[in-house]
This record gives sequence, structure tokens and C-alpha cells, in this order.
Amino acid sequence: MTGKARLLRMILGRLVLGLLTLWLISVLIFLAVSLLPGDIAQQILGQSATPETVAALRRELGLDQPLLQRYLDWMGTLLAGDFGNSLSNGRPVADLLAARMGKTLFLAAYAAAIAVPLALFLGILSAYRRGSLFDRAVTGLTLTMISFPEFFIAYVLMLFLAVRLPFFPTIADYGSDAGLIEMLHRTFLPAMALVLVVTAHMMRMTRAAIINLMAQPYIGMARLKGIGPLRVILVHALPNALAPIINVVAVNIAWLVSGVVIVEVVFVYPGLGQLMVDSVSNRDIPVVQACCLIFAAVYILLNLLADVLAIATNPRLMHRAG
Amino acid sequence: MTDLLLDIRNLQVATRLGAPILRGIDLSLHRGEVMGLIGESGAGKSTLGLAAMGYVQEGCRINGGAVHFDGQDLLALPEKQRRLFRGARIAYVAQSAAASFNPAWRLIDQFTEAPRLHGHARRAESEADAHDLYGRMGLPDPADFGLRFPHQVSGGQLQRAMTAMAMACRPDLIVFDEPTTALDVTTQIEVLAAIRSVVRDLNSAALYITHDLAVVAQMADRIKVLRHGEEVEEAPTGRLISAPQKEYTRSLWAVRNLTRPARPKPAETNHPALRLKGVTASYGRKMAVLRDVSIDFAAGRTIAVVGESGSGKSTTARAITGLLKPLSGDIELRGRALPAALRDRTKAELRSIQMIYQMADTALNPRQTLREIIGRPAAFYGGLRGAALDARVRELLAAIELEPGQFIDRRPGELSGGQKQRVGIARALAADPEFIICDEVTSALDQLVAEGILKLLMRLQEQTGVTYMFITHDLSTVRAIADSVVVMQKGAVVDQGSRDHIFQQSTHPYTRRLLDSVPETDTDWLTRTLAQRGRG
Repeated sequence: MTGKARLLRMILGRLVLGLLTLWLISVLIFLAVSLLPGDIAQQILGQSATPETVAALRRELGLDQPLLQRYLDWMGTLLAGDFGNSLSNGRPVADLLAARMGKTLFLAAYAAAIAVPLALFLGILSAYRRGSLFDRAVTGLTLTMISFPEFFIAYVLMLFLAVRLPFFPTIADYGSDAGLIEMLHRTFLPAMALVLVVTAHMMRMTRAAIINLMAQPYIGMARLKGIGPLRVILVHALPNALAPIINVVAVNIAWLVSGVVIVEVVFVYPGLGQLMVDSVSNRDIPVVQACCLIFAAVYILLNLLADVLAIATNPRLMHRAG
Repeated sequence: MTDLLLDIRNLQVATRLGAPILRGIDLSLHRGEVMGLIGESGAGKSTLGLAAMGYVQEGCRINGGAVHFDGQDLLALPEKQRRLFRGARIAYVAQSAAASFNPAWRLIDQFTEAPRLHGHARRAESEADAHDLYGRMGLPDPADFGLRFPHQVSGGQLQRAMTAMAMACRPDLIVFDEPTTALDVTTQIEVLAAIRSVVRDLNSAALYITHDLAVVAQMADRIKVLRHGEEVEEAPTGRLISAPQKEYTRSLWAVRNLTRPARPKPAETNHPALRLKGVTASYGRKMAVLRDVSIDFAAGRTIAVVGESGSGKSTTARAITGLLKPLSGDIELRGRALPAALRDRTKAELRSIQMIYQMADTALNPRQTLREIIGRPAAFYGGLRGAALDARVRELLAAIELEPGQFIDRRPGELSGGQKQRVGIARALAADPEFIICDEVTSALDQLVAEGILKLLMRLQEQTGVTYMFITHDLSTVRAIADSVVVMQKGAVVDQGSRDHIFQQSTHPYTRRLLDSVPETDTDWLTRTLAQRGRG
């Protein structure tokens, strides 16, 4: 089999496994949600709950059915492509998600477009200048960024770049008719907060992966061929360090899509994370479940992508011994 | 003299912590001349070879002296200018080609890199040159060979490809750092022949670093013997071999002549210590790695198992220890069937078979003291405790010639390579076994140290009557200690018999080929052997 055929087979295999994982996650989500304290109908009705209205709502929501039956119903509609309707406003969940998804993806892409190149650049440069003042400064700075909670970074950015120096708005939401420039301007602060958090992680991994290889005999060989230090790192070390770097980038991008709840809340940005938080407090079960599934799918897909790229860039796996 | 190419004066190199590696070495090399550098590990051979390129390994520094290459003092130049020499005018061939080629790039791209960067040739020219050199080095299919990645090529071919790569800029000097040490003898001879012919054709000067006298005798015009960072002596090859001046040089030579007198086979009525009958085994569902292997291990004798890497020597050992369950065939211990799987064996059966490993470094737990390392099997199998255990450990330490009072509480990190291997032996003996598998136990050691280990093993055998299965690819070791020899190839036993029979009378073509490939100190050996093969 050629490398490409094997890669294709591996992708198909992993997709099947990914679907299996997704199904297991759906079971977990469903169980977790059913463990939320309090009666959902009671919560929704709040002050106006009377025994009769609660019973009626329970029947309407299907909550009087056994757990397994409810799971099967949910799965049935889900497989038909229907996420159901929101409990709080009755709109289709799919529509709600679509609106929020765009915002989340925009912010994630914005942050990733800055963070990934920056992290690679800093990581390579600090590996190249290992032990120098620059290396130590970058290491110190990134460790600081990792150590602070992201809401703190978000508020510090807001304090200096929105309140003291009013360059950027504190509320990041942009209207539906905003142009790209305005969108970038409005979401600059949350994107920066995310960049600061994820760059540290990716940069440190890039640096470590490269330095790890510098003791390899083939690096010594490259030096003995008279190759300059920068080319040694870029041409001889980097291609062999790609697998761990790709992995850490994938995990961080997945986090940018699914883990940004706090930053979204701080900047009042209507993304998926905020939607999920709101839905949990409203007991809007179909929305919570849909959000969880989407986050899980993002993780699975990005990890799959990372594995495929790691294999595609490794000649040992692409070209069989022969 | 005008043709003086490399002139090293009073070179001193030390680690950054101050431990000296080279203590004032002088070396001069003329154009087109090949100098052999020989000595045990730690002698400073590789450091000297790298210093000829104006290069020191990380953690070391040059404390004094000069390295003049073609009239320029490399050490006085800034690093950027030194780099212009490396790869272009001085090239390097490393010991492990498999680790020294970048796994991410095709061989041809690695070949053309130095010529392109040094402005020696354009890519197309350099590629054409690569095809030519690959052909000269006897590589298969030279036009397409470079398109492969390093992992797609065998070790011997990689080593030749690396020599070709070193030639890419037609350097004045090539430093060969143990280029054939990691290869099988049958592969080594081909690589040696290829290296020698290319070096001669292109009239390069070379520093040839090795610990193997016989190899250097084939390659070098002059030989310099190093020890502890100092020169022992230097002379033209023929004279150094026929009339060494220094005691140390003579002792290096003497090791090669260690032999044990032939011993009669034990009486037929006795059961062999261990018997393999038709053992076939494989890893996973792949092709069989052992095919119908039958060997009798006569009690109290040393049975050497030889063959190239991949011939199934170590797999046979794994089957005996029970780590790999054979697909079919029987193993008998003293005439009684031995369960195939490790977990079915009794404690007494486990005790009977012990192992000594190639890398004592990784086989000993660095966190334990010798008391714990050697005491563990003595306590587990012998049930010893307290004072009896202490006495047993001391007895074993004395048996391996390590002063018990001084060594018992040391850890492996405080021992030399030879001492570590001795501890490995004591640990195997502690179980009081009948059968010990020695897996390449001397191949990581220097000749003099290895000789000590072999003598120790022989003495212990006389005292305890233990049987050795001695796995090795080094035929001079076999000649030194084996009673009988088993030759393996591609997972099968192709030849076996008493040592003298195998060495002197065997007519099996593979055995002959293996024996003929073992280098001899005779300076004409390579030429003669190649000529014979050419006829045959």
C-alpha cells in the first residue's frame, strides 16, 4: 500500500472511532444533564409553579418518560438532523447555535491567526538563542501568562486599553452590519487575552521540541557539514519536531473554540460559551446538550487533523522501508 | 614541507568542568595520507578527530594549542569562517549513519546540501555527482538510490551513502569516526573496501578513528596510538604492527590472541544442560523469525551462537528465557521438558536460566547499590536473609574481583563499564544458575576490558560448571572462549560443530564467508580477501 492509501484508511478508521467517541459523549452528557439538581419544569416555571402547571409541563417536555426512552427520543431527532427547540424561547436550537457559532469561530480564528505564528516564531527564536537574555525573558513572560487566570488578563487589558486609554471598546459584540475592520477592532481585546494565554503554551512546546532534538547525531552532522545555526534549526531540527508542535497547536485551537467561556463573559461577547452558561442556569437542556456535542466534535476533529498531519509529515510513516 | 595539510600542535581539550580529554597532542598529516587513530574509549580519538575540523563537542573547550589546516590556524578564526571549511574542505563520517542522517529528508537532498551552500556546485551538478559516487561506493541503483529516505536503506548502505556525502565537495581531508563499528563483519568488509577505493581514487587525506586494530591496518598509512588523551606512539602501519615499541601497544595486540584450549565433549550419556528441538517462533503474525532451530547445549561448556544482526540469535535467547513463546518445538532443561511460557515455569526452572546483557548501563538499576542488585536474586531464589545474604553478596563480589568492602554500597554510576559488566555477571550468578545466556556481553567494551571479562567468565565456569550460551557477532571472541559454535542465518541454524571444526574445516559457504570477513592485522588482508572473492 502506498503512503497515501494508508493515510486514507487511517483517516476513515479514525473517523469511525471519532463517531463512536461522540456517541459515548452523548450518553455522558445526557446522564450529566439529568443529574442537574432540581426539577426542570419547576425551574422553568419559577414563581408561577403550581402542581398542575408543573405536571403539564413535565408531560409536554416528556419528563414523565423513563430516562432511556428520553435518550432514545433525543438521539432519534438528533440523527434526523434536528437539535430540538429551546425550552426558554421555543426557537429551534440549530438557529440559536448558528448565530453564536459564527461569533465564536470568528474570535477563535482571530486569536489563532495571531497566536500560532507568534508562538512558532518565539519558540524557534528562543530555541535558537537558548540561554540568552531573550530566551530567558520570553520564558519568564510566558510562564507569567500561563500562571495568571485568563479573566485577570482580560480585566488588565480592559483597564489599560479600554478604560485608561480608550483605544478599544469594553464590550466586544459587533452588530450584524459591521465591516471586517470594525469586527477586528471590537474583538481586539478578547482576542488579545486569548492570544496571551495560548501563545505561552504553544511557544514553550515548540522550544522544547526543538531543543530536545539538538542533541541528535544528525544535528551534529549538519553542523559538521558547515551549516549555520539558523538553518540547522529551521531545516534540520524543525521538520522532525513537527508532530509535537502540531499536536499542541490543535489542542490550543480546540480550546479557543470551546474553552473561552470566561473571556466571552468578561467582554459580553455572545459566543457559544456564553450561550452554554446561560442555558445551564436556565435549565435549557436541549441547548446545553447541543453545545456540549459541538465542543466534543471540535476536539475530536482537531485531534484527528493533528494526527493526520503528524503522519503526513513523517517520512517513516509515509514511505515504507524497502 | 609544502604538502603538509593538517598540523596540530600541543592541542589541549578539557570538559567545561576541567577534566582533561586531550593533554597536548601533536599530529601532522600530508595530502593524500591516511592516518589511523587507535585507542580505547576515553582515549580522546573522537575529540581529536573533531578538533581537526576546529570543532569541539558541547560541554568541552579547547584550552591550548593550534590546529593548522593548509596553513591557516582554524582555532584563531571566527566560528563563521571555520564553518566555511567544514563540509567543504574537511568532511566528517560518523559512527552511526542511521542516526546521523536526518530522518526527514531524502538522501540526495542531504548529499547536495553542503555543495549548494558552500557554492561548490549547483543542485543538478551535485545530483549527477551523487549518482557517480553512489555507483563508486557500490550502492544499488545509483540513479534512484538518493530518492530514498534514511529508514528505507540498510545500515551498511547508509554508511556508504555517508561516505559519498562526505566526498560531495571533494574535501582535502575526511575524518572517519568508527565508520564500521556498528556493522556486521560481512557488511563491514564491503564498506571498508568501498571507503578505501574512494579515498584512493580521489586522493583525499583521512583520519581514520577506530578501536579495531585489524581494520586500521587495512586503511592507514600511519597509525597513532592514543591513551588517556596522550600519544602512546606513532609509526608507519607495518612497523607498528610488526614491532610495536610500547608495552601498551603490545597489550592491545596480545588480546587478539587469547584462546582457550580445546576441551573434550562431555560424555554422551549425560543430558545436555539445555536442548532446543525444532523451535519455530515469530513476533506477532509476521513471518517466522526462528525456523526449526535445534541446538544442544552441552553441560559445563560454552556454546557460541554467531550470525549477522537479524539472524535470530537474540530471538533464540528470548525463546529459551520464555519471554517469547515459540509457535512449535520443545525446550528441555536437563532432559526434562521446560514449559514454553514464562508464567508456567516453576521458580526452580526460572532460577536455572539467567541472563547477562550487552548494555550493563541500562541493565542495572542506577538507584540501587550493588548490595541490592546482587542481593535481590540471592534472596529471591536462595531464600537468604540477614547475615547469610550479606556474606553471599560479599562472596559474589569477591568472585568477580571487586573488593567487597569497597564496592558493596556503591551504585552503578560509580563504576567503570567493565566493572558494571562484572556486576551483571554477579547478579546472574547470584541465582546459582545452570545456564547463563551472555548476550553480546563484551561488544560494548574496549578490548583490554573485554579480555578481563572473558577470562572471568571462563574461570567462573571452571568453578561452578555453568553452561554458557554466548551470543556474539565478534568471531575473535568466539575463538577465545567457545567450545562449540552455532552459526545462524535468517532465523535458522545453518552450521554447527566444535570450535576447531568450524574454524578450520567447515565447508558451509556462509560460515566460510563469515570467517573470511573477520579482519586480520595483516595489512594485506583486505586486498587479499577481496581478490579471493573476485575469483570465487
